[in-house]
Amino acid sequence: MTTPSTVIDTNDTIAKRWRRATEEPAWIRITLITIALTFLTLFLVLPLTVVLYGAFERGIGVWYAAVSDPDALSAIRLTLLIVAIVVPLNTLFGVAAAWSIAKFEFRGKSILISLIDMPFAISPVVVGLIFVILFGSQGWLGPWLSAHDMRIIFAVPGIIIVIAFGTLPFIARELIPLMQQQGKEEEEASLTLGANGWKTFWYVTLPNIKWGLIYGIILCNARAMGEFGAVAVVSGRIRGETNTMPLHIEVLYNEYMFTAAFAVSSLLTGLALVTIAIKSAVEWNEERRQRIAAA
Amino acid sequence: MPVTLAKRRVIPGFGLTMGFTLLYMGLVFLIPVGAFLLYTTTMSWETFWNAISQRQVVASYKLSFGGSLIAATINLVFGGLVAWVLVRYKFPGKRMVDALVDLPFALPTAVAGIALVTLYASTGWVGQYLDIFGIRIAYTQLGVVIALTYIGLPFVVRTVQPVLEDLEAELEEASASLGADRLTTIRRVIFPALFPALLTGYALAFARALGEYGSVVFISGNLPFRTEITPLLIVAKAEQYDYHGAAAIGTVMLVAAFLMLLIINGLQWWASRRHG
Repeated sequence: MTTPSTVIDTNDTIAKRWRRATEEPAWIRITLITIALTFLTLFLVLPLTVVLYGAFERGIGVWYAAVSDPDALSAIRLTLLIVAIVVPLNTLFGVAAAWSIAKFEFRGKSILISLIDMPFAISPVVVGLIFVILFGSQGWLGPWLSAHDMRIIFAVPGIIIVIAFGTLPFIARELIPLMQQQGKEEEEASLTLGANGWKTFWYVTLPNIKWGLIYGIILCNARAMGEFGAVAVVSGRIRGETNTMPLHIEVLYNEYMFTAAFAVSSLLTGLALVTIAIKSAVEWNEERRQRIAAA
Repeated sequence: MPVTLAKRRVIPGFGLTMGFTLLYMGLVFLIPVGAFLLYTTTMSWETFWNAISQRQVVASYKLSFGGSLIAATINLVFGGLVAWVLVRYKFPGKRMVDALVDLPFALPTAVAGIALVTLYASTGWVGQYLDIFGIRIAYTQLGVVIALTYIGLPFVVRTVQPVLEDLEAELEEASASLGADRLTTIRRVIFPALFPALLTGYALAFARALGEYGSVVFISGNLPFRTEITPLLIVAKAEQYDYHGAAAIGTVMLVAAFLMLLIINGLQWWASRRHG
């Protein structure tokens, strides 16, 4: 007769042996984790640390002096002005595109989705070049613009349009799969019960896509504030006028003012960290919802 | 007739949302891109060919395409490993590590650029130790590869991760119970399932690296014929008002980007067919 304890024992060994068949031995697991973490440390953790270290190395006073310098402040103001225009426009676009793609069937839908992805594939430098060639003083519309005393390149409108181009896909890309996955039954129920289109969007659709929308907006905002290559081509780097934060960082770095460059960088780095924190919060939320739904 | 229409389309707003979508895309990028391509056609073939075949430009293609290929390959190996470790193993701080993978996606490229050059310069935290072995990263082609690896890092991880999460444990159990050892199971069961996702991530990382500017120009040092990437030459020509030259090289990059987009779409279609 076997005692209960030996039964458990045998079960345990069987369980262990079975686990070994679909799992790697501990030493391989530890080696793989170590390699992965070393890789991520070299490419992600250290660059992040070096920015924050460089920013605060000489004390909070020096950091504050760098970010409150008039040129820095004007770069910050310009950057905020640009996102205040670009982010709402791209939000409107993202919601409209996701609504038309997720709630309706039409021909050429997959082509439209690919087109929305296109700005993401084009080099930021080429984005800038496209607008320089269109609106620059030697460009196609340049003579007409200067005859009417309008300036797009080496001025704020040019910066706004290249950033709108570069960050166009982000909110739409978050919302399209989300709204496709949620289907349209809830909206149809709301409409059949008598609510109008706006009410349905506001009270039915929006709560369902809220978190994806928030992450999309935050990501679009971070990318808009950080856009560099395209802005470098169209801005002309006029101090106090057309220098955005990333361009100001470049100017400071090239003038060997490293602490100031890292101080301004630390603001954008903080924003990036908030962005990825919100992304994981959104994902966590979603996982929990799915677990509750499954239970 | 109106009744049947109303029945078919309960949800309103198609005209409005589709109209705005097309108008906005048209104004912001479809018309500008079209006009740009039209501008390129005003150049004579000879001007175009001379601009894209200058020795300095050809050297930059080699670096941009070669560097992007190497960087994407590094990401294929290590990104695949990171995805595996994040999905399969438990370790402290895993959620934070997982979140951090998106950093290159959210951190401005100029910030990454000055961080990387500071880190890998021969006086930097990492560079000083490599310097002992005579390895120089800043202002060499190796530096370009480092920056391009950084920028493409999230792509392989984020395309492989969901596929690995959805992979049914039963497949591996069946393989093991049929007598396959772990390596055989990985090679014959897991790897084929991940292959389309790996390839998609590889293509995305390559495409992203090809056009990258901000994170590269600081660490590369921009030495003619040696560490100049193609996007840098476009900026240089645009700054010298050589619009023909810049547009010609820009067209080459644009065509390369379209091709990559086609390849990526094809890969995703294939992956979803295999996966679903």
